[in-house]
Amino acid sequence: MIDKIKNFYTQHKTLVILGLIVMALILPLLIQKSSIMSIIVKMLFYVILASSLNIINGYSGQFNIGHAGFVLIGSYTLAILAQLNISVWILYPLAGVVTAILGLLIALPTLRLRGIYLALVTLGFSEILRLVALNWTSLTGGPMGIKGIPSPWLFGLQSTKPHIYYYIVLAFVIICLFTSYRVINSKVGRAWMSIREDDHAAMSLGVDIKKYKAINFMFGAFWAGVGGALMAPFYKFIDSTMFSLDEGFNILSMVIIGGQGTLIGPVVGSVVVNSITEIFRFADEARLLVYAILIISMMWIRPQGLAGTSKSVIANRGIGSKKTNIFTRIFDKKGVK
Amino acid sequence: MMSVLLQSKNISKHYGGIKAVQNVDMQVEKGEIYGIIGPNGAGKTSFFNVCTGNLQPNGGEIWFDGKKITGMRPAQIATLGMARTFQNIQLFNFMTVLENIKIGFHIHEKTNIFDAIVHNKRYKTDEKMNHEKGVALLEKLGLSEHAETLAGNLAYGVQRRVEIARALALDPKILLLDEPAAGMNPIETQNLSDFIKQLRNDGYTIIVIEHDMKFVMNLCDRILVLNFGQKICEGNPEHVKNDKLVNEAYFGKGTTF
Repeated sequence: MIDKIKNFYTQHKTLVILGLIVMALILPLLIQKSSIMSIIVKMLFYVILASSLNIINGYSGQFNIGHAGFVLIGSYTLAILAQLNISVWILYPLAGVVTAILGLLIALPTLRLRGIYLALVTLGFSEILRLVALNWTSLTGGPMGIKGIPSPWLFGLQSTKPHIYYYIVLAFVIICLFTSYRVINSKVGRAWMSIREDDHAAMSLGVDIKKYKAINFMFGAFWAGVGGALMAPFYKFIDSTMFSLDEGFNILSMVIIGGQGTLIGPVVGSVVVNSITEIFRFADEARLLVYAILIISMMWIRPQGLAGTSKSVIANRGIGSKKTNIFTRIFDKKGVK
Repeated sequence: MMSVLLQSKNISKHYGGIKAVQNVDMQVEKGEIYGIIGPNGAGKTSFFNVCTGNLQPNGGEIWFDGKKITGMRPAQIATLGMARTFQNIQLFNFMTVLENIKIGFHIHEKTNIFDAIVHNKRYKTDEKMNHEKGVALLEKLGLSEHAETLAGNLAYGVQRRVEIARALALDPKILLLDEPAAGMNPIETQNLSDFIKQLRNDGYTIIVIEHDMKFVMNLCDRILVLNFGQKICEGNPEHVKNDKLVNEAYFGKGTTF
């Protein structure tokens, strides 16, 4: 069925995209309840976050599981600078830039690492940032967090209501997907994919692996920072507990369920995972079990993710196949060059 | 008088106490097909990887096109005009053949990330260039029908040709082929041999590592024979065939008949 949808999409590309955008634009007019609208806005946040992680994990094959760290930097940058009365509109991209610079700082010492070793570094990095945010009380408010983050003005309306804030996030989602699409279909994107597929071959073709890995980390971190910055004014309050490792895994699970290395995968992943979270809210902690079952069955039955094409080579690595799937591929590689 | 394109001076490579390559000198001239042969474990691939920068030598120097390239990274050496293929084919399996070729054009493209986002002139010329050249290259090598196939789904012999095509996309001065005929049947080997000769006629300089004696003897202009990491013979196929040391290396000493 998914292949049929994909076929339809390839045949009527512009029509489908236009239709989706129109639907997205009129959505707030159809939904009256603020609570439901908040959930949809949340989904959009995660589309940006999952897409930015997909840039790193899905396209260049690095294994970052500490994505929450980048989100934290974006959120706190906005929250702290907003206290200085700087316009929130400027702070969105600025938070992205700050996070991208941090992404570069993380990338530089870890360029030689890959697979599970890189995963460990990013994990540790994410936790360090969370602990710093928790303990640096004078700057981050420590356990009290930062309250009263202002929301931007949009056409004379204060965008505190989810129905209005939705349009701001939607705009960023479209820009994020659009720029990602363009970068991926260029020299830079091809270089990323060549590193994911086979770094020795990439090197032999003159691809500067370190440079492109660093660019990749920066691009992913930029959008994670923007995503984080978008969240802060919407919740009006941030503290370090919002950026725990669980959050990082949550984003990762969206990428995996949606389909790594596809542009639309993180969108699907965000919608599916967030819907499950809301539907099973009554089950409280037990809903994590649903996640677990979903991720395991995805790796087993459809390792390429919901949006991955069944023509891909990974698709033949599901049940009954002795060939490994993409996860074991990542971990099989030697950790250090 | 031909000019020397690739030269190794006194190259040594040790792995701990094992001397994989010892003091090997080599001169490859422009426009020739140069073969490197030797029994298993003779150090052919180690020597080859030292030439391409994938391994750093413990001693000696490599000169390529008038530049000393020892100590450079493989990516830098590739930009100088050296392309290679791998013993066990290393294609980008999850990408189509055409995309594989397009990565081959990497060093000729000038697009950066901002060009890609705004689709400026630089991006458009690059994309036009690599698409047209990529399609033309596939056409030339008879791979057009596979352009949109994922490289990982191709037959073995075709994958070999795609790998060579990808290396050619660099527009290299020299092409290094690591066991190109491995796993091929006699007809495929013959086709490959013709194909490599064709490349030479197109002006490429080629180095081939190979096990298949018949293949090497028919193809190469000059041959270097390694055994236990040392150069034991160099010369044209006739000379190598009749060399005593070479025969000993392959068939053992034994009594003379």
